[in-house]
Amino acid sequence: MTSGMRGALPRGDLQRLLDALSAKGYRIVGPTVRDGAVVWETVRSVSDLPVGWRDHQEPGRYRLEQTGSQEVFGVVHGPQSLKQFVFAPREPLVQIERSKDGFSARPTLPQPEKVAVIGARACDLAGLATQDQIFLNGAYRDPYYAARREGLFLVAVNCTRALNTCFCASMETGPRAKHGFDLALTELEDQLLIEAGSEAGCDLLSNLCLSRGSEQLSAEVATRVDACAQSQVRRLDHSRLPQALYDAHEHPRWDEVASRCLACTNCTMVCPTCFCHTVEETPDLSYQHTTHARLWDSCFTQEHGYIHGKNIRPTIKDRYRMWLTHKLASWIDQFGASGCVGCGRCITWCPVGIDLTEELPALLSPGIQPSIVRQRVDGM
Amino acid sequence: MTNPYVIQPATIVEKIREAEHIHTYRLQLVDEEVRRTFRFKAGQFNMVYVFGVGEVAISIVSDPDEPEFLNHTIRAVGRITKAIAALQSGDVLGIRGPFGQGWPLDEARGRNVVIVTGGLGCAPVVGAIEYIFKRREQYGSIKILHGVKTPHDLLYRERFDQWRRAPDTEVLLASGQPDKTWSYHIGVVTELFEEVAIDPMKSIVLMCGPEIMMRLGVPILMRRGIPETAIYLSLERHMECGIGLCGHCQMGPYFLCKDGPVMRYDRVAQWLGQTGV
Repeated sequence: MTSGMRGALPRGDLQRLLDALSAKGYRIVGPTVRDGAVVWETVRSVSDLPVGWRDHQEPGRYRLEQTGSQEVFGVVHGPQSLKQFVFAPREPLVQIERSKDGFSARPTLPQPEKVAVIGARACDLAGLATQDQIFLNGAYRDPYYAARREGLFLVAVNCTRALNTCFCASMETGPRAKHGFDLALTELEDQLLIEAGSEAGCDLLSNLCLSRGSEQLSAEVATRVDACAQSQVRRLDHSRLPQALYDAHEHPRWDEVASRCLACTNCTMVCPTCFCHTVEETPDLSYQHTTHARLWDSCFTQEHGYIHGKNIRPTIKDRYRMWLTHKLASWIDQFGASGCVGCGRCITWCPVGIDLTEELPALLSPGIQPSIVRQRVDGM
Repeated sequence: MTNPYVIQPATIVEKIREAEHIHTYRLQLVDEEVRRTFRFKAGQFNMVYVFGVGEVAISIVSDPDEPEFLNHTIRAVGRITKAIAALQSGDVLGIRGPFGQGWPLDEARGRNVVIVTGGLGCAPVVGAIEYIFKRREQYGSIKILHGVKTPHDLLYRERFDQWRRAPDTEVLLASGQPDKTWSYHIGVVTELFEEVAIDPMKSIVLMCGPEIMMRLGVPILMRRGIPETAIYLSLERHMECGIGLCGHCQMGPYFLCKDGPVMRYDRVAQWLGQTGV
């Protein structure tokens, strides 16, 4: 039995979970406060976690607040999803050495490492599942991604508080982690309910020898998570996708959104599912040795649509349309599900607060009221 | 688990000048085992690598029946292709591949084959033509329509002459900016449609060239009664990985490196010519 196993951990005993993970040989990565945001870092003790902090997110705005409470997982998320742990921002692929008769190439697979990530949200797990499908289940299995994925132990945290930018409920990806985790925690006032979602999770949970959480506790968790879903103020109606967005290719709204978009690439960098990458070649000074590596790329760059002598997407309008149409429409044709998991990061980290949950309905509406356009542009 | 990113060294055994800035590189993979097992289909491509510079997607132009040699016709236009142009016979390039979907040569069996190409677009079809000529009795008539800007842009001149002499084969050439030596059609390749008899229900069309040529050419062919499911295009987008992961080569829902580069027209009709797609 790999699922259904659960236990109740007093909040003051959370260190026991970290110690149990360390004892299993995992490097533990959790949310930590740095430079006014929450980022993933190696953590050793509960005090490394953002105890008492909460995040407030709005279009183009991210703020942390110290509430003075004992809450450990009060911050929902920072700019980073789980993507960086598996699809590395820079991954050397091949090392190439010059030789007398040419060269020889050697793949540089990452060293296997056991990493336990504590604090992953349901939207992040959904993003990871999306990336798994791209890198592991397609025509070509990516060995670099696979090597990193192999050593990952995931401790999810169910959300009991929604941000202003969250819309996972409408994307059916959260706020409760349903699968893809080893352990899932829900933080209540003085205790954490822990559920196992895998063999490894069960194994770890049994080592903790916890009291089985009461039915009342489980009911309380369900109520809190449901209330979190209910409280979400944003939603994305994807029922008419992909076709409705394909049909909107010439909609005037693209011009309007392009007038605000800076093509800064932030939305693609924080997106848990964006997978575009480029390659770079870095020869050393002796020109005897070179590294062929891949790096995250973005469809908002000048180079993304370049083809000898021409750029397929020279304007910001072309690029925003490419991004949104891919994310919400063609992704469904390519991978059977939306490329959006409803985490809201692209809304928060957009410097001008472009909100896809506003753009999509505008693009799917038959016309556009000129007065609304003016108001929006003036309001910036 | 095979690693699709491993680059295989390949020696340039011959560098043949085709036109200004265009050469055909005849490559032989260095590793004997890799060379022995390398198989490709006409219309597929390789990622061609230059040490310290990078990779570029280039179609394989040689005969799939002779996989021990890999021919690539390359125009020096960008950072990597210019680095390739600086190499000579005996130098070593890298190869990853073959990638993508080739021409529908099984489906074309028993049918007349109409080949429409423009400029360097003739290169990805050469392997298919050679394949068909080796199995000539399995195919109907062959019509090769090829357009170039100037006569200097005409590659594989001897091959066109050779094909023209083959039975049940027509070769028609067009040049938009001809010189005094040009004895063929003056104009664009799509005008050559007027000069050939095409049995619309018995033909299959293979097209490769500038996208504008294909976009203008397909409707003319369809007006002649050729079904859109009998028209195949080899399409081009920026490609960095060759395996459908880097995201650059998307056209609507397709990754052209993996789902293409050869696509049946009805599958891409919606996207072809759309701004920014």
